[in-house]
Amino acid sequence: MKKTNSESLQGAQAIVSQATGEDKNVQDGGQFFWRNLEELNNPPDPGELAESAFPPVTSGWDDVSRRGFIKVMGASMALGGLTACTKQPSELIVPYVKPPEEAVPGQPLLFATVFCLGGYAQGVLVESHLGRPTKVEGNPNHPASLGSTDTFAQASVLGLYDPDRSKTPRKMGRPSTWQRFLGDLEGMLADEASGQGRGLRILTGTITSPTAATQLKAIQELYPASTWHQYESLNRDNVVVGAKLAFGKAVDTVYDYAKADIVLSLDADFMVSSLAFARPARDVASRRNPDEPDRMNRIYVAETNPSVTGASADHRVPVRSSDMEAVTRAVARGVGVQVDGEDTVEAFDAFLQAAINDLKAHKGSSIVVAGDAQPPVVHALVHAINHELGNDGHTVTHIRPVAARAENQTKSITALTEAMKAGEVTTLVMLGVNPVYEAPSDLGFEDAMGSVPNLIHFGLYFDETGRHCHWHIPEAHYLEAWSDARAFDGTESIVQPLIEPIYGGNSIHEVLAALAGNAGMRAIDVLQEYWKERGLLTDDEKAWRRALHDGVIAGSAASPNSIDALSSRKRTSTSITSDLPAPAPAAEGIELNFRADPATYDGRFANNGWLQELPRPITSLTWDNAALMSKSTADELGIDTQRGARAIEKAPTVKITKGEQSIILPVMVAPGHAPRSITVALGYGRMHGGRVAAEDGKAVGTDVNVLRTASASWTVADLDVKRTGAIHMLATTQHHPTVQEWDKIKGRHHYREGTISEYTKHPEHPGFVHEVGHTPPGDMTLYKQKYDYSAAGTENAWAMAIDLSKCIGCNACTIACQAENNIPVVGKDQVLAAREMHWIRVDKYFEGDVENPKVHNQPVPCMHCETAPCETVCPVGATVHSAEGLNQMVYNRCVGTRYCSNNCPYKVRRFNFFKYADDKEEWRKAVRNPDVTVRYRGVMEKCTYCVQRINRTRIKAKREGNRPIGDGEIVTACQQVCPTQAIVFGNMNDPDSKIAKARKSGLNYGMLAELNTRPRTTYHAKVRNPNPALNGGGAGHPEQSSDEGNDHG
Amino acid sequence: MANEPIDRPSVLGEVSPVIAPGQTYETVGASVADVVLSGHVPKQWYIATAVGFMGVGCLMMSITWLLLNGVGVWGLNIPVAWGFAIINFVWWIGIGHAGTLISAILFLFKQQWRTAINRFAEAMTLFAVACAGMFPLLHLGRPWVFYWLMPYPNTMGLWPQFRSPLIWDVFAVTTYLIISLVFWFTGLIPDLATMRDRAKTKVARTVFGIFALGWRGSARHWHRYEIAYLLLAGLSTPLVVSVHSVVSLDFAISLVPGWHTTIFPPYFVAGAIYAGFAMVLTFMIPVRKWYNLEHIITDRHIDNMAKIMLATGLIVVYGYLTEAFFGYYSGALYEEAVMKNRYFGPYAFQYWLLIICNGIIPQLLWLRRIRMNAVILWLITLVVGVGMWLERFVIVVQSLHRDYMPSSWDMYAGTKWDWMLYIGTIGFFLFAMCIFMRWVPMISIFEIREIVHKKSQEDDN
Repeated sequence: MKKTNSESLQGAQAIVSQATGEDKNVQDGGQFFWRNLEELNNPPDPGELAESAFPPVTSGWDDVSRRGFIKVMGASMALGGLTACTKQPSELIVPYVKPPEEAVPGQPLLFATVFCLGGYAQGVLVESHLGRPTKVEGNPNHPASLGSTDTFAQASVLGLYDPDRSKTPRKMGRPSTWQRFLGDLEGMLADEASGQGRGLRILTGTITSPTAATQLKAIQELYPASTWHQYESLNRDNVVVGAKLAFGKAVDTVYDYAKADIVLSLDADFMVSSLAFARPARDVASRRNPDEPDRMNRIYVAETNPSVTGASADHRVPVRSSDMEAVTRAVARGVGVQVDGEDTVEAFDAFLQAAINDLKAHKGSSIVVAGDAQPPVVHALVHAINHELGNDGHTVTHIRPVAARAENQTKSITALTEAMKAGEVTTLVMLGVNPVYEAPSDLGFEDAMGSVPNLIHFGLYFDETGRHCHWHIPEAHYLEAWSDARAFDGTESIVQPLIEPIYGGNSIHEVLAALAGNAGMRAIDVLQEYWKERGLLTDDEKAWRRALHDGVIAGSAASPNSIDALSSRKRTSTSITSDLPAPAPAAEGIELNFRADPATYDGRFANNGWLQELPRPITSLTWDNAALMSKSTADELGIDTQRGARAIEKAPTVKITKGEQSIILPVMVAPGHAPRSITVALGYGRMHGGRVAAEDGKAVGTDVNVLRTASASWTVADLDVKRTGAIHMLATTQHHPTVQEWDKIKGRHHYREGTISEYTKHPEHPGFVHEVGHTPPGDMTLYKQKYDYSAAGTENAWAMAIDLSKCIGCNACTIACQAENNIPVVGKDQVLAAREMHWIRVDKYFEGDVENPKVHNQPVPCMHCETAPCETVCPVGATVHSAEGLNQMVYNRCVGTRYCSNNCPYKVRRFNFFKYADDKEEWRKAVRNPDVTVRYRGVMEKCTYCVQRINRTRIKAKREGNRPIGDGEIVTACQQVCPTQAIVFGNMNDPDSKIAKARKSGLNYGMLAELNTRPRTTYHAKVRNPNPALNGGGAGHPEQSSDEGNDHG
Repeated sequence: MANEPIDRPSVLGEVSPVIAPGQTYETVGASVADVVLSGHVPKQWYIATAVGFMGVGCLMMSITWLLLNGVGVWGLNIPVAWGFAIINFVWWIGIGHAGTLISAILFLFKQQWRTAINRFAEAMTLFAVACAGMFPLLHLGRPWVFYWLMPYPNTMGLWPQFRSPLIWDVFAVTTYLIISLVFWFTGLIPDLATMRDRAKTKVARTVFGIFALGWRGSARHWHRYEIAYLLLAGLSTPLVVSVHSVVSLDFAISLVPGWHTTIFPPYFVAGAIYAGFAMVLTFMIPVRKWYNLEHIITDRHIDNMAKIMLATGLIVVYGYLTEAFFGYYSGALYEEAVMKNRYFGPYAFQYWLLIICNGIIPQLLWLRRIRMNAVILWLITLVVGVGMWLERFVIVVQSLHRDYMPSSWDMYAGTKWDWMLYIGTIGFFLFAMCIFMRWVPMISIFEIREIVHKKSQEDDN
C-alpha cells in the first residue's frame, strides 16, 4: 500500500518536476511538456501541484476507515497508472470568437525585426505561422539587408526553439525563479550601494542598443564607482585602436561599394561580414553587370585564408597575416603616403603595382579596406591611403561609432580580470557573454571568478560561464523580446518579438532595469520610455507603428561627418600616419591565425545543426574545425595530403604548441592559403553548448582558445607544429575536383568563365560560352512531349537563371532552402557517408596553381529538365512533370528505388536513407514550415522551385480575379536570400520578365545541355574584369581561347 | 561389349560417354531415387545443410535489421545509390540462367547430355531467382509498398510507369520465376511417380503421391507430357535471352556513362550463362562424388559444361574489349573518362582482379587436362563466380561513383550488413539446394532412362 503510494507519488513528482524543470536531466535535453503559453510562463508551483494531486494522501494516514482506504488506494492506483497512461485528458477546443488581427490560419504573417551579431543589426522580416516563427527573410528597407540575409540570420530561427536553451533561472545550479533572483539582487545592490558600487562590474558584448546604453548610463549614475566592461570574442579592437591612431578618436568607417570602381582588400572578408552583413556583397554585385562594362569594378584581394571575398576577386594573392603590414606600407608608399617601409613586396610585386596604378587612376572612386584581424597600424595606414586617394567623403565615410562605447575590449576585460584577481569585485554581472569560453586564455578569467562573491550570468544557454555562477538567468531570444539596435551605418531599428518567451527567458533590458533599481519593469516599458524621450513614440503612435512595420526608424542613419568634425586633429595623410610605430619586423616561422567560423561564428551557434552541417566556403567542411594551411606548408610539415581517394576525409592531425599550451587539430589543405601560415576557426570544442555541440562527452571540433592570448588574439607567431600520427575524419560535402584534377575535368565545361573584354567583343556568342558537343534539335526526343511549353501552350513556364558573375559562394541559398523546405540535418557520420540532404549546393572548382588557384563557385539546384532523365526511369511514376515546367516529386508515391538519382546527371536528388526527419520532438515540429511536406524514410526529395510559394501566389492570383502572375511576385527561398541577387526566377513565357531577358543573354548556357535534358535552370557564364597588365589574374592561367570547344564529341 | 565405350566424337576430338556403360532402367532409378529414399545421407550433406542454415539465420537477421532501420544500414550514398543489392540481384539472376539454358535450349537442340544435369540446374535456377528476387524488394526505401510496381486495379487509378526498366524487370523476373517453377515441376512429375512407386514408408508414398498428380505413365500421359514439355521448353528458351537482357536494360537505358551502351544485353546474357554454368559445376563436381553419381553425371557432362563456360567467357571478354574500344574510339568525353576510371581509378584493383578472374584464369579451360581435373576445375568455377560478382561491382559502382559532376564524386564500400545479407542469400541457396537434394530426385530419372533405351537400341543395331 505504501509502496503504491510512493510509486505514484514519484510518478506525480516526475510530472511536476518536468513541469517546473526540476528534473536534473532538463539541461541535457529532457522534455518539458506544455500545452499552452500560460503553462510556459507560469509553471505551476510544485507544492500546490502535489497537494492538489493527492489531497487525502498528504494529510494523516492513521485514522482511515476501510472504505476510505479502498477509495484512496483506488485513486492512487489510478494516478500511478496516469504516469504510464497516454490518454490525454479531455480538453475543449474553442475557436476564436474574436481572432487576432490579420491572422488567417494557413497564411503566414511577416514581422519586421532585427537580428544582431556582435551588436550590429541586420534587419529581417520573419515569417510567422499562427504565432510560430518559421523562416527569416531579409528586410528590403534595412541598409544591412536590402532583402537578403547572411547564413546566421537564416539559422537563427532554429536557435529559437533549441531545446538546450536555458529554461529556468538557476541559483547555485538549481532551478529557481525570476522573483527570487530579483530578491537576491536587491540584497546585493544594497550592499554595493554603500560603496558607491565600487565592487560592481557589468560585462556585456558590444552594445549598440540606444536603450541599453541609456540604462547602463543610469546604472553608472546610480553606482558611480562601478564599471561597465565589454568583451566579444570577435571584437573590433584593432579597428578602434587603428582609428584612434589615425584620427585620435574612434570612428566607424562606412564603405559604399556601389560607388567603388576599384576595391583593394587587405585580409578583409568584407563581402558578407558581421558588420554590414550582406550589404557589401549586394553593392559590389551591382557593379559587376557584364552588360554594363563601363561600370564593372575590379577587385584586388590580399588575404591569408581563402574566403568568399577572395574567390570573387579579379586578382588575389595569398599573404601571411604577419606580412600584411609590409604589403600595406608598400601600397601606402605607392599611392603617395609618406610612411616608412619598403616600396614593394618582392613576391607580390606585379599585383601591387597593378593595384596601386588602378587605385591612383580612380581617385575618389576606390576603396581600400583592412580586415578586423589586422593590427591597428594596418588600419591606420588604410585610413591614410583612403584619404590620400581622395576616397574620404565619397566611397569612404566616417561616422561616430555605432557602438555605444567603442573601446579596446581586450583591454577592458583584462582590467576586469585584474580587478577580480585583486579582490576588488564583489558583484559581477555578465550579460549575454561567455567569458569562461571566450576570454583570452592567459587572463585566467575562470580562476579569477573564484574571487568574486556574487556572480550573475545572463545568457541564452546554461553554458561554460553560467555553470560557474551563483545566479544564471535565461535570456530571451531576439525573436522573443523587445529591444533596439543600430546597423553599420547607424540606422536604428526596434527589435520586436514574434512570440512569447518559449522557455521563460527575460530581456536584457529587464535585467538592466533591475540593476537600475526598477525591478519588475518590462522590456517594452523600458523601450517605450526611451523612445518617448527621443520623440518616436508620440500620442498617436503613428511613427512608432511605422518604425515597427518598416523595421527601421526613418532618418536614423548616421550622417557622414568629415574627420575634422569627428576627431581632434587636422587631417592629411601625413598627420594620420605621424604617430605610427616603425615597421614590424617580418615574423618567420609558421603563424597561427584565429578567425570567425562561418558556422559557429565565435561559438555561440555551436548547437545549431543547420549551421554545423552547412558546408564552409572553399573547403566544404562540416561539423569540425581544422588547421587550414597551404599544400606547401603541409609538405613542409611532412603531412601527406594525397593518401588515396578519401584523402580529404582521413586527415592527419597536428599538434600546435606555443609555450605551455597546445592544441591538436586535423589538417586540411585550403587551396590558396598563404604559406607558412595556419588558420583555425574559433567556436569549437564547446562541452556545454548543448547536445549538438557536444555528444557523448565529445565536443564538435577543437577549442583553440587556449592559444589565444590578450596580446596575440588574432595572430600568434613562432609556433611549434608537429604531426601526431593520428587520423581524424573530416566530413566534407565535396571532395572533387581537386586543384590537380582541374585539367582532367575542365573539358566538361560545367563552369564557364571569360573576361569582360571577350564578352564585349561578341556579346551574342562569347567564345567562352560555346556549345559542348552537339545538342540535339529542340524537337528530337524518343518520348513524345506531353506539354506545349510555348506561350500558346501555357501561361506560366517557370525557369531560373543563376549569374555566376555574382555568386560569391556564401552558402546562404543552401541554408535558406533548408529552413524553407524542412530539410533534415543528418549529422557528421552521415555527411561522411555522403548523405547530406541539401537541395541546393554550391560546387567549387579550383583552377590553376594549388598555392593560389582561381576559385569558381556554382550553385546547383534541380535543373527541372524539360526532358528529365529522372522521370522516365521511376517505376511508380513518383516523379512527373507539370505543364508549367516543374519536375515534381510526389513523396507519397515514391517507393525508393533510387533509379532517378542514378539517372540524374546533375546529382541534385537526395534520399532519406534513414528517418532523418524526426517526428517526435515538439520543438522540431514548431520550427517546420507547415506548407512543405516532411519526408519519411525511404523517400527521394529535391529542389521544387519552392512550389509551395508558386502555389500560394497562384491561388492568390486566382482569387484576385484570375489575374496573371506578375514578374517578381514569386520569389524562391534561394533567390530571396542571395546577398548578391545572383538568382533570377520567374515566368519565361512573359517576354518582359527578368528571366526571359536573362535567357536571351549571350552568356546564358545550360549545364550538360548536350545530354538533351533541356534544363530550365541555366547559368550566366562568369565574367571577370582582370587588369590587362596582369596576365590572366590569379596565379596565372592563360586565358581560355575560344577554340576550345571544337575538340569535344 | 557392355564395357566398351560408345564412340561419339566430340568437337575437340576426344571421346567421352554420355552415360557409363552397363546401365539399366533399374540401376538408374536406384541410383537417383535411393539418394532420397534409402535414408543413407552422406555426412557432407549434414555439414552443408548446417552451414546453409546458419546462412539463413544470417539472412533473417540482416533483413530484419534492414526493415527496422532503413536502407541506410548499407553503404549506399549519393551518387552511389545502388550497391551490393543490385550487384547481388544481377549476380543471382545470372546464375539462374544456366538451368534454363540446359533445360530448354539444349532440349530444343536435342543435346542428350543435358539430361543428367537439367533437374539439378533447374532447381538451382529456382533458388537463384528466389535469392535474386529478395533484393529488388529489400533495396526499396519503402519496401512495404513494393506492390505498387505491379499493375493492379487500385483506388488511386494509378498504373506503374511502364517506361521504366525496373517495371520491365518486374515482368521479366516474375515471368522467369513462374515459368521456371512450372517447367521444373512439370519435369519432375514422372520422377515423383517413380519415387511414389519406390517409396518404402507410407509418409513418403503419400507425399510423393500427392505431388505426382496421379501420373500413371500411360501412353496417353506420355504423349501429352511430351507436347507440354516441348511447349514449356519453347516458352523458356526466349527467357534465357530476354530476362537478362531486360536486367541489363536497367543499366543500358540510363544515361550514366559506362551503363549507356548497346553491348550490354548480349554481354549480360553471355555473362549470365557463364556464371550459371560455373555455379552448376561448383555444385555438381562435389555432389556427384559424394553421392556416387559419376556413372550418370559423367566426365562428358563436366567437359561440356566447362567448354560452354569457356565459350561464354570469351564472349564476356569480347564485351570488355568492346567497352574499351567504345571508350577510345568514340572520343566522347565521358566515355573516355569512365574507361580511364575503370583502369586507373580508385577501384582499379577490383577491375584488374575481374580481368584475371574472368578473362585470364578461365583460359586454362582450353586444356583438356585442366577440364578433366576435378579440383582445378572446381577452383576455376569459384574464381569465375567471384569474377562475375566483381563484374557487376565494376559496372554498378565504378560507373556511379564518378560520372558527370565531379562535385558529386565519392566512394562506396559495403557495410557489414551488405555482406551479411549477401552471405545470407548464399546460405539460403545452399540450404535450399540441400533440402532439394535430400528430398527430391536430383537427376531426371525418366530422361536418363530414355538415354539408356536409346543406347540399348544402338547396341542392338
